[in-house]
Amino acid sequence: MGLKEKLHTIKEKGKGKKWLPAFEALHTFLYTPNETTHSGGHIKGADDLKRTMTMVVLALIPCLIFGMFNTGYQHFNAFGTPVEFLSMDAFWYGFLKILPLVVVSYVVGLGIEVLFAIIKGHEVEEGYFVTGMLVPLIVPVDIPLWMLSVAVIFGVVIGKEIFGGTGMNILNPALTIRAFLFFAYPTWMSGDKVWVGGAVERANEMAAGADVAAVSGETILGSLAQGKEVAYSVYDMFFGFIPGSVGETSTLLILLAGIFLIFTKIASWRIMLSSVIGALLMGLLFNGVVNAGWISEGSRFYSLMSTEFWHHLIIGGFAFGVVFMATDPVTGSQTNKGKWIYGFLIGFISILIRVFNPAYPEGVMLAILLMNVFAPTIDHYVVQGNVKGRLKRLKAKTA
Amino acid sequence: MSKDIHIKKGLDIKLKGEAEKFTENAITSDVYTLIPEDFHSIIPKLSVKIGDQLKAGEAVFFNKANEEMKFPAPVSGEVCDIVRGEKRKILAIKIKADSQQQFVDFGIKDPKAMKADEIKSHLLASGCWPFIKQRPYDVIANTANTPKAIFVSAYASAPLAADYDYVLAGKETALQAAITALSKLTSGEVHVSVGKSANSPFAGLNNIVLHKVSGPHPSGNVGTQINKISPVNKGETVWTINPQDLVIIGELLLTGKFNAERIIALAGSSVDAPKYYKTKIGSTITCLVQEKLKGSNNRIISGNVLTGKAKNIKENLGYYDNMITVIPEGNDYELFGWNLPVFNKISTSRALTFSWLLPNKKYDLNTNTNGEHRAFVVTGAYEEVFPFDIYPMQILKSCMYQDLDEMEQLGMYEVAPEDFALTEFICVSKQPHQEIIRKGLDLMLKEIG
Repeated sequence: MGLKEKLHTIKEKGKGKKWLPAFEALHTFLYTPNETTHSGGHIKGADDLKRTMTMVVLALIPCLIFGMFNTGYQHFNAFGTPVEFLSMDAFWYGFLKILPLVVVSYVVGLGIEVLFAIIKGHEVEEGYFVTGMLVPLIVPVDIPLWMLSVAVIFGVVIGKEIFGGTGMNILNPALTIRAFLFFAYPTWMSGDKVWVGGAVERANEMAAGADVAAVSGETILGSLAQGKEVAYSVYDMFFGFIPGSVGETSTLLILLAGIFLIFTKIASWRIMLSSVIGALLMGLLFNGVVNAGWISEGSRFYSLMSTEFWHHLIIGGFAFGVVFMATDPVTGSQTNKGKWIYGFLIGFISILIRVFNPAYPEGVMLAILLMNVFAPTIDHYVVQGNVKGRLKRLKAKTA
Repeated sequence: MSKDIHIKKGLDIKLKGEAEKFTENAITSDVYTLIPEDFHSIIPKLSVKIGDQLKAGEAVFFNKANEEMKFPAPVSGEVCDIVRGEKRKILAIKIKADSQQQFVDFGIKDPKAMKADEIKSHLLASGCWPFIKQRPYDVIANTANTPKAIFVSAYASAPLAADYDYVLAGKETALQAAITALSKLTSGEVHVSVGKSANSPFAGLNNIVLHKVSGPHPSGNVGTQINKISPVNKGETVWTINPQDLVIIGELLLTGKFNAERIIALAGSSVDAPKYYKTKIGSTITCLVQEKLKGSNNRIISGNVLTGKAKNIKENLGYYDNMITVIPEGNDYELFGWNLPVFNKISTSRALTFSWLLPNKKYDLNTNTNGEHRAFVVTGAYEEVFPFDIYPMQILKSCMYQDLDEMEQLGMYEVAPEDFALTEFICVSKQPHQEIIRKGLDLMLKEIG
């Protein structure tokens, strides 16, 4: 008896049992089910949610691998023993740092999903496929694993499950997790220590009286917010040889992932394009304010405001947020017209927060969460336009 | 006056097993079956009992809510069985056919000389009324209404659909008689849609507005055409009727007989040598498909693959259907079916699915759902195959949470379940769109009427 038949027998035996959802999660991972159509259309298209979600994970893998190289590269540079970017040393250091983040994210997150599936007696849904990969890529590399676990539990339960699971949530779960970390443990999510692997440890050693050189690695936005010189070239920013959250640094790879997601029709090009337009416009406005001389060089907003408008696209988490999180179909706008407005406002507000929030210069997370909340309102007005058109047609008839 | 309709949004599902344009006589069925469920929302009252002798066209049952609306026997013979279900609900009425067919004589009529009321009562008495359906609600037309227009789609764009130009060839006189009669029942026009390059028997008829249709499926769906020509507003009614049923009405007027004969397509990838067959409404499927199928693990569908009903081989051809489709069942597992590249299935995405590379390839699809049922997640995909000026996901959701006001505002008066067959086909979450819409329409019919 082959594996296929064995698994089928177990599934038949498990009908009505509590453990069935957990078994089915594994079973459907191996085999698409033998389910056939029973009402309505007798044939179905090839895509299911698993395939859709897998595409996003596939697009994230290059960012993950690049993140491993970059983590090692930044570490050895900051500690005064520079290595080549594409070296085994760099990769191995990053791999050992990031693998635990990925494992914790998936084990904790999927554990909760399975638990909820068993309690509620439904199938384990695919939503966490993507969230689980996003989470390690949007946190600083040195985040303690227990904090990550707490945040994942919070994000999955409060952000998603209490609304009814995949497809029902209002806020993007990955960003809910990040926002939780940010507000609960701010010292681990900002400053000049957390972005380089080992820097926090070194700082603690120094505090304990050890005689070693201080290690710091400020993100570009952090430097700008404090009016410091930026030590990286545009070339570094675009290719991603800069400190930052694990997977957000390489604009090039994110751009390629974006093109892949648009080509496969998984993510909305409308949201991506309009976000970029929104960000560029806001950047231009700030540049204009600086050029007009309305703001003095001494102002604490000066250096971020005077940053060339298009640099905003390649620094910080903007590109990553726009490509992978603003395009979440569940929490984003659902109508095509709405997507233009939603995306535009995300870009616009991201840069606004960047410039005017000195404590936390990364705006894209808050901008997306804010627009998640407003997405249903945008859709409401878009759909009302259609409803009004229908009423008008009726009036024209009866008049 | 002619108004061409071109649809851009949609999807042509190209399947293997198209019927060859060659007609054979099907084996004559011993038993013919009427299924009250074919007439959605009608509560049947029997007017016959087991053992009664019937002539073709004689009423078998009538509508409890409107006793004038009769449902006729397709053949003459003896009522041999009445199948009942829970609470004695009538599931099927079976008639054992006579070898020599006898017809009720309804009298030869000249539709040009008849008044609207005469036509109405003639159609009701002869059992031809149920062929006329109405929107809103996609049910048999309410006899009390006067529709603002009548729509006939003589262009079939559904997968493997029977070609109307072929099956209706030579029926011009009957079609004209039926059109002349029906045109007196509406305050507006009779709109007939034909394929753009088609050689349709409707082309030369009088009393119609002819529309030439082009574009992918659902361009041939009558709902799509209504939406483009004259969408249904609140308080308005339109009627629709299938072209092959017009022939029956026409022949009734010309000959006085209810002739349930029709040419149907037997198609699908599980059929050996698919072609057309001459048969009658209610005929047993066995007579049509016997020894013509490949393998034994098949799904037999009365109608097309998107909107038809699954049938057992011993059941019968549906009342409104003009085709039988047979495709393989898909009750098997597929190793890593969710992530491996897909070459043998249709998809509108390019998520390692490659049907976009070969737009003219014909596929052998089975009944597997290709995934599990989920909540709505993906957005923006339905709009690509849905040509109506309606938000498909929003209207589906409004049906699910049963908000009558919202359903009405979003355009429920304009739609029928079949209009959602394509969004259902491409649905990543495998939601039963047609069923959701049907339940929504039933709720509105009950609450608003």
